[in-house]
Amino acid sequence: MSDITVSLQRASVSDMAGGAPRDYVELLKPRVMSLVVFTALAGVVAAPTHMHPIVGFAALLAIAIGAGASGALNMWYDRDIDAIMTRTRARPIPSGRIAPREALAFGLTLAAFAVFTLGVVANWLAAFLLAFTIAFYVVVYTMWLKRSTPQNIVIGGAAGALPPVVGWAAATGVVSVESLVLFAIIFFWTPPHFWALALFKSGDYGRAGVPMLPNVKGAPRTRLEIFLYTILLVPIGLLPYLIGFEGRAYGVIALGSGVFMLNLAWRVWRDTEGRASDRAAKQLFGYSILHLFLLFAVIVAEHGILQPLGLLS
Amino acid sequence: MSAIDRNPGSQGVVVLTAAQLKARRQRNIAIGLAVAFLCALFYAVTIAKLGPGVLQPPS
Repeated sequence: MSDITVSLQRASVSDMAGGAPRDYVELLKPRVMSLVVFTALAGVVAAPTHMHPIVGFAALLAIAIGAGASGALNMWYDRDIDAIMTRTRARPIPSGRIAPREALAFGLTLAAFAVFTLGVVANWLAAFLLAFTIAFYVVVYTMWLKRSTPQNIVIGGAAGALPPVVGWAAATGVVSVESLVLFAIIFFWTPPHFWALALFKSGDYGRAGVPMLPNVKGAPRTRLEIFLYTILLVPIGLLPYLIGFEGRAYGVIALGSGVFMLNLAWRVWRDTEGRASDRAAKQLFGYSILHLFLLFAVIVAEHGILQPLGLLS
Repeated sequence: MSAIDRNPGSQGVVVLTAAQLKARRQRNIAIGLAVAFLCALFYAVTIAKLGPGVLQPPS
């Protein structure tokens, strides 16, 4: 048997990895997808128009599939570094359950389907924004910034911040100041969230050659930037109340939760040694997820439940 | 992982393992369910966007 035949046969075998449906679901990054759906839902329900529930559901499904497609394409491109990092080495591609070209085809098909569906069921501005979000996450963040600059998650964070803008555009057909405020909340939330993770996973990122801030500029600089971004995040979190599109309950919760997160960020800045340092970073990472969830949960509750019931003006 | 039939007359035909056959069957079922769900969803969206008037005959 010639070498060429052997290599062709090896290629055929690896191309036929053929995972189970749950492997494909894992390729969509369901946890990230759930956060995207939740923030997009906030954009849909906070918009000052009524969207038919079935149309709204279909629009949210398209946004969710678009987010999943981004995750699949991200895993396809990052399969080399995913195999190195402990956090990601069990993913479907590095563990051999899905072949890279299967993941690529899956991601591209879903992305095209999601954009087309959103255009048909909602409008083409929302579809364009979804296409832009997918392209930004895959091309600008994954292929370019992630491996080239410690500001990767700052600029790349725009992709994660766009879903409420897409949701708002799906409901109204426009991009408004309110939707950009929701964008700003997620955009300024992203650096402290991911840098807190990078602080206690810096070894992983370092081995994979990903230039996260702690590996490039050092932990002290990262702690300072986490603190500074969190200082900015508190007033930005209050903007929906300050510009009058959220009620007093939102203002109180945004202020209380924001100050609590700022306190955790201050501890990250203060506790620089040993276990206390890791603990502070883990606490901030965990609480940051709850903080974002709280802000958007109040928006969904005020506009999606209390207003329709007439309990809120 | 699939096995390759090394019989010289088989021209390198890929033979799927039992696990791969099971995964393929599961994928087929999942795709079938997804297509059925999407058909129902697109039908419902069409009716919703056309509005209740679509069910009334023209006068």
